[in-house]
Amino acid sequence: MKLELSRLVQGGGRLGVLKGLGRTKQLSLEVPGCLLYTHLGTVPHLTQDTLQTLSNLPSVTQVSLSNIAEHQEVLEEFKDGFRKFAGLHDTLLYCSLHDPAAPFPTGHITNKTVSVWGSGGRIELNVAKFMALQKVVQPDWYQSMADGETWQNNTSLKRVRKSVDRTLAHLDECLLLHQNSQELEGVEVFGVVEGGDVLEERVRSARETAKRPVAGFCLDSLRAGSIDPALRTQLITAVTKELPEDKPRLLQGVGRPDEVLACVEAGVDLFESFFPFQVTERGCALCFSFDISPDPESAVLQLDDEERDAAEKTQLNGDLNPDDQTQMTSFEINLNDKRYQDDFRPLVEGCGCYCCKNHQRAYLHHLLVTNELLAGVLLMIHNTAHYHGFFGALREAMASDKVDLLKRRVLRERDEQTERKEQDG
Amino acid sequence: MAATVERVVAAEASEKQMSAKKVLSAASPLTLRIVAECSVTKARACELILPHSAVSTPVFMPVGTQGTMKGITVDQLDDLGCRICLGNTYHLGMRPGPDLIEKANGLHGFMNWERNLLTDSGGFQMVSLVELSEVTEGGVKFKSPYDGKEILLSPEKSIAIQNSLGSDIMMQLDDVVSSTVTGPRVEEAMHRSIRWLDRCIAANKNPDKQNLFAIIQGGLNVDLRKACLDEMTQRDVPGFAIGGLSGGEEKDDFWRMVTLSTDHLPREKPRYLMGVGYAVDLVVCVALGCDMFDCVYPTRTARFGSALVPWGSLQVKHRQYAKDFQPIDPDCQCPTCKRHSRAYLHALFKSDSAAMHHITIHNIAYQLNLMGSVRQSIVEGRFPDFIRTFMKRLFPSPDQYPGWAVDALASVNVTLE
Ligand SMILES: [Zn+2]
Ligand SMILES: [Zn+2]
Ligand SMILES: [Zn+2]
Repeated sequence: MKLELSRLVQGGGRLGVLKGLGRTKQLSLEVPGCLLYTHLGTVPHLTQDTLQTLSNLPSVTQVSLSNIAEHQEVLEEFKDGFRKFAGLHDTLLYCSLHDPAAPFPTGHITNKTVSVWGSGGRIELNVAKFMALQKVVQPDWYQSMADGETWQNNTSLKRVRKSVDRTLAHLDECLLLHQNSQELEGVEVFGVVEGGDVLEERVRSARETAKRPVAGFCLDSLRAGSIDPALRTQLITAVTKELPEDKPRLLQGVGRPDEVLACVEAGVDLFESFFPFQVTERGCALCFSFDISPDPESAVLQLDDEERDAAEKTQLNGDLNPDDQTQMTSFEINLNDKRYQDDFRPLVEGCGCYCCKNHQRAYLHHLLVTNELLAGVLLMIHNTAHYHGFFGALREAMASDKVDLLKRRVLRERDEQTERKEQDG
Repeated sequence: MAATVERVVAAEASEKQMSAKKVLSAASPLTLRIVAECSVTKARACELILPHSAVSTPVFMPVGTQGTMKGITVDQLDDLGCRICLGNTYHLGMRPGPDLIEKANGLHGFMNWERNLLTDSGGFQMVSLVELSEVTEGGVKFKSPYDGKEILLSPEKSIAIQNSLGSDIMMQLDDVVSSTVTGPRVEEAMHRSIRWLDRCIAANKNPDKQNLFAIIQGGLNVDLRKACLDEMTQRDVPGFAIGGLSGGEEKDDFWRMVTLSTDHLPREKPRYLMGVGYAVDLVVCVALGCDMFDCVYPTRTARFGSALVPWGSLQVKHRQYAKDFQPIDPDCQCPTCKRHSRAYLHALFKSDSAAMHHITIHNIAYQLNLMGSVRQSIVEGRFPDFIRTFMKRLFPSPDQYPGWAVDALASVNVTLE
């Protein structure tokens, strides 16, 4: 794997391409970018037919051990790795420890083990079992075993230190087993940077991890809702300074467009695309604008005034409870709302996705109120398309010095709301 | 549009008959071209030309109750070869309502389905879903489950809603009695269904675009069925449904009523057997002369992981498939079987609803392919052989063949060894 940076944007942000990916070394992934979020190798709600209606999908598919661990025996018998088991073909496989959209309880980590939660409950993994899983999954990249329990508020300094130490110890053990395993030849390991909200520990974790033969870095325990976004940006900036230029940095658990923009500036390259799934699950459609075309008139305005008011209200509610990942954000519209009952427009005017080309808001509203499965399918198609479109626009903006314009577009709704709130107050 | 030469000829021919019968109706937007008739059984293979596309019969029509097919897209449905599917008038009439669907250019526009649609009258659902429904000469009275308001579904109302939905085939409102009921109520319902048919015909605002099918009633009583057939076949409707069956009656009664109906229905019009969709029932009833079928079973059962296969069904969620790396049906060419194993689908059921969609796709493909094979065998003059092979594959041994199926097939000269 080779990261070729084509541009370092002023004020932060790395534009480039990860090249030579996969066992054939033929695939590549543009950064900043995101992985394809899946449940057991399937993009939620989507069969391959519907997924393939989307163009420009990322070349890396994410699966998590929390989904896979319970199928270890099956994969052992299957022998040909998870990719083939899941009917996937031309994609790279990245295996993470947890599912970023499925919160898990704390208090189950020991010095030697971590736990994942699957459909049948908790599964405890020590390094040996963790590596045995990697051998049967046969991913292209995997996240090293890590103690990522420090995302909670008020974690003690002692606990934070422990998580950094344990995670480094896990990494060393993983690497040792990895190097002695033929099955994992050519597979890349991502080291995990921990350290909670303690700057010195973050820096220590980054420095120590960077000394190991890892291909990239996962920035863990910074997930949305668990930490003040400004502090997170600060910590990431400090961490990325310690990391080698030529290796990718993957930020776990962050997906909101505004947070993505801030974290890219702080030096992050890769994200997990669980955000469109969360939006889909609440019956919402992403609608924020990321159009940076020179003609502002052609920039589609998605929200009318009424919608903006609604978004503002949800934003207010959301701010009251930032920990709640199920809360609607200002980047989406809620199709459950009665106002869409007779709205015959596509979700987003000008969107080229299968849903927007074929269906109208009124139909989506109907599918949601009647609890029909197709609602999830169509929303997932659109939200996935919109989210990946946003990353495409971000790279384009970085390549053409238009990041400020993009930020204004993406953050517009939020800023206008803040202004209005201030005026009202 | 389906303006074929046949249709014009058919229209002219029926016009002459019509004037004799004093029934006024425009030429219907439907043409049935009989492609082949089985020389042994009553089976036939036809080309049914409807406003939105031609349909090859015998045909299985999947049911998309609320204007959607259980999590699969209209493109997927189209790719599977589906040319006609169902929508339910009762559900769609309630939500989103006929006015909204009319604004969306009918149900075709609302769900963006460019092939044909058949809608039921809404009566059956009402009687079976809404406890407090009451049937009078005016129609079916019931309380809305959404706002508690009392609503009367009259024949006129049912047709008005179906006119708003814009379906290619509409069903008359009939007086539905459970097939296990006997006595005067059955006779009353039969006569009322005839009167309601006339009201439905008169109420159809779009006879040039929407076909109205009559529904033969009469319970399990031979005389009542025959009386109903005599009356209804005098009406100039483009097609007939055989109703009041598959409601828990004995299969022996069921097939006798089916074959009695097809004996008296006109050859040149399609025959639709309502609510039938199990593989054996389909094959036997094709032999008895039916052309069209619908059933919620294949799509409903998919949700629980039950995949239809030539040897019955396969419960993907059962533990025995956890390490079974074959496709559901190695001979099936559907997108699910071409890509995924039983083991993967088994595992996926624990993680994502897409597992259901995979089985739904396979089950619809199974139903459509079954009917495709039936049709091909009729065209090629080997339908009786097809039946024998089909039964052999489906049942482990001949002594497990259901007696009614053996009798029904014998009645159309097919003996199973
Ligand atoms: Zn789904
Ligand atoms: Zn779209
Ligand atoms: Zn199949």
